[in-house]
Amino acid sequence: MIWLTWRQFRVQLLVVGSVVLAAAIFLAVTGPGLADDYQRLTTTFIRSLGFQRLNPALYVIGQVLLYAVPPVIGAFWGAPLISRELETGTHRLVWSQSISRGRWLVSKMAFTGLTAVAITGLLSLAVTWWADPIDDAINAGQDSNTYLPRMFPPVFGARGLVPVGYAAFAFALGVAVGLVVRRTVVALAVTLAAVILVQVLAPTFIRPHLLAPTESYLTVTQDNIRGFMMSGPNGRVEEIEVASGAVGAWKLSDKTVDKAGKTVGTLPDWVIDCAPPAPPDSANGVVSSNGAVSAKAAACYQRLADEGYRQHLKYFTADKFWQVQWREFGFFLLLACALAGFSFWRIRRDLS
Amino acid sequence: MTAVLQAQALGKKYGRRWALTDCDLEVPAGHVVGLVGPNGAGKSTLLNLSVGMLTPTAGSVEVLGGPAGAQQAKVGYVAQDTPTYSRLSVADHLKLGARLNPEWDDSLAQQRIQHLQLDPKQRAGKLSGGQRAQLALTLGLAKRPELLILDEPVAALDPLARREFLQDLMEAVAEQELSVVLSSHLVSDVERACDYLIVLVGSRVQVSGEIDTLLATHYRLVGPRRDAKNLPRDQHVVSESHTDRQSTFLIRTDQPILDPAWTVSQLTLEDLVLAYMGRTAPTERPVLEVQR
Repeated sequence: MIWLTWRQFRVQLLVVGSVVLAAAIFLAVTGPGLADDYQRLTTTFIRSLGFQRLNPALYVIGQVLLYAVPPVIGAFWGAPLISRELETGTHRLVWSQSISRGRWLVSKMAFTGLTAVAITGLLSLAVTWWADPIDDAINAGQDSNTYLPRMFPPVFGARGLVPVGYAAFAFALGVAVGLVVRRTVVALAVTLAAVILVQVLAPTFIRPHLLAPTESYLTVTQDNIRGFMMSGPNGRVEEIEVASGAVGAWKLSDKTVDKAGKTVGTLPDWVIDCAPPAPPDSANGVVSSNGAVSAKAAACYQRLADEGYRQHLKYFTADKFWQVQWREFGFFLLLACALAGFSFWRIRRDLS
Repeated sequence: MTAVLQAQALGKKYGRRWALTDCDLEVPAGHVVGLVGPNGAGKSTLLNLSVGMLTPTAGSVEVLGGPAGAQQAKVGYVAQDTPTYSRLSVADHLKLGARLNPEWDDSLAQQRIQHLQLDPKQRAGKLSGGQRAQLALTLGLAKRPELLILDEPVAALDPLARREFLQDLMEAVAEQELSVVLSSHLVSDVERACDYLIVLVGSRVQVSGEIDTLLATHYRLVGPRRDAKNLPRDQHVVSESHTDRQSTFLIRTDQPILDPAWTVSQLTLEDLVLAYMGRTAPTERPVLEVQR
C-alpha cells in the first residue's frame, strides 16, 4: 500500500520537495555568514543589512515560502488524495483488492501527512535557524523599519512549530473536504481558500486566546505616547496608544481606563491639547511657537495623570514566544486529528 | 452446493428513493450468473451491496456464507466502466494487485497480459476501452477469487471487443472453477456467457433460475380467446395479450400442457427476458423462482 501511495504521490512530492529542499540548502549555505556578521557587527548588524541585497531577499523568501507551503500542501496533496479516486472511480478498483478501506486510508494519510509535516518542519527549521541573528538583534532592541520582532504576527507564523501545525491542519482539511465534495478541482479551491483564511484570521481570533497575556497599567506621558485616534474635523480624541516599554512584545490591546478602572469610550474634549499641533499653515505664514504648544501639551498630560486616566495594556512578551508557539501548534494539530477522525468515519459509510 | 450469493429482504434507499426493494435471492455456486434488467433497475446497487461497497438499508446480503464485504480476498469485483489508474502503467497495475492481495497469482497475470498483447509499460489511460476492461478483468482474476462479480463489464465496448472479453472470461472461468455474477442490459451478452439468469426490473427480482430450466418451463400459448383465470392453477401467467378472438399467453409451468386448444411454442431467452421486463405494474403474484 505504501508503494501505491508513493507511486500516485511522487510527482506532487517532487515539485514541493525540490522547492523546499533548494530553499533549505540556500539558507544553510548563507546562514553561517549571517551569524558571523551579527557577531562581528553586534549593535550595527540590522543597519548593515540595509546595504545588502542577498540576505534581505532571503529573509523575505523564507517568510513567503513558509506561508505558502501549508495552503499548497492542503490543496495539492490533501484535497486530491481521496477526491481524485472518487471522481475517476478508481476507489472501486482499489477497494475491491484485499484491503479494507480503513487501512487504505490510514496508509495514504499517514504516508502523505507525515511527509507534509516533515517537509514543512525542515523548511521551518531552516528559516528559523537562518533568521535567528536577525530576530535576536531585533529583540535586543535594534531599531528597524523592515524587520519585526518574531512575536509579531507576520513573523510568528513563519517560525518554529506553527507552520508545521498549519501544514498538518491544511492536509487533513484537504482530505476531509475532498471526501465531502468528491470533486478534485472544487476540493482544491475550497481548501486553498480556507487555509489562507485561517492563516489570516488566526492572529486575531485564535492566538490571543492561547495564553493569558501580560497586563499592565501605564500613565500616558509625552515619552511613551505613540498615537491618537481622532474623529471629526476639529477632533475629539477617541483612542490613545502608548508604547508598552517591553521590547519585542506583541500588543493585543491598549485601552484607556478612568480612575475607577472602567474603559473610557471617548475621552474628554480637553485631551485634544495633548495631540501634536496641526501642520503649520504655511500659506498664511502663521507658525505657532513650539514652546507654547509643549507647555499646553505638558499641562494636558499632567491633567490626564491627575484625573486618573491610565492605559490598560495586554501583550505577549518576547520570552513567551515558544510557549505560544507550542500552544498554537497543539491547537492546529488537534484540529488536524479531528478532521482525520471525520475522514475515517466518512470513509466507512456508503461511497459507491 | 452452498450459495455464493444470498439476499434476504434486501433493500437500499438513496435519499427517499428505493433503488432496490424486497430482494430475495439465492445463487448456488458454480454458475455464471447473468443479471439483466433495464437501466436503473438496481443492478449496480445489488452488486455494490454484494461486494460491500454499499451497506443495506433493509434486510441482509451474504456472500460465500459470510456478510458482504467481510471476505474481500475471496471476492473479485470489476466495477462499472472498469476503472483503472490512468497514470499508472499496465505493469504498475499488476504490481498493485500483487501488493494488495495475499493470494495474487502473478504468473497468471503475466500470462494474460502477454496473451492480450498489452505493453506492460503502457499507461492505462492510453489503452482502448476493451484493453482497459481486460486489464481490470486480469486484476480480478489474478486475485484468485471464489466469486467474481462484474458490473456491466462490456457496456462500453464495441461488438467485437465485447465478444472477445466474454470469450476470455469464459475460458478463465473454465480454468479456475469460480462462480461469476455479471450484469448487463443486453440479453445477447447473457446468452453467450451465462447459464443462470436473474431478471431485475423496477428494483425487484422478477425471475431467477438456471437458463435451461427456465427455457424448459416457459411456453407461449396461442389459442381462442380465454381469460387468464380459466387457466390451470399450475400455469403462471407471465404476460398476456388478447385480440377479439385470440389470446396469447406466456406462461410458466412444470407440468406438460394438455389442453389441445393451444398452439404451444418454446421461447427464446430474449422472449423470456422481454416478457418479464414488460411486466410494468408489480403483480400480486409472489416472485417466482426455479429450484433445482
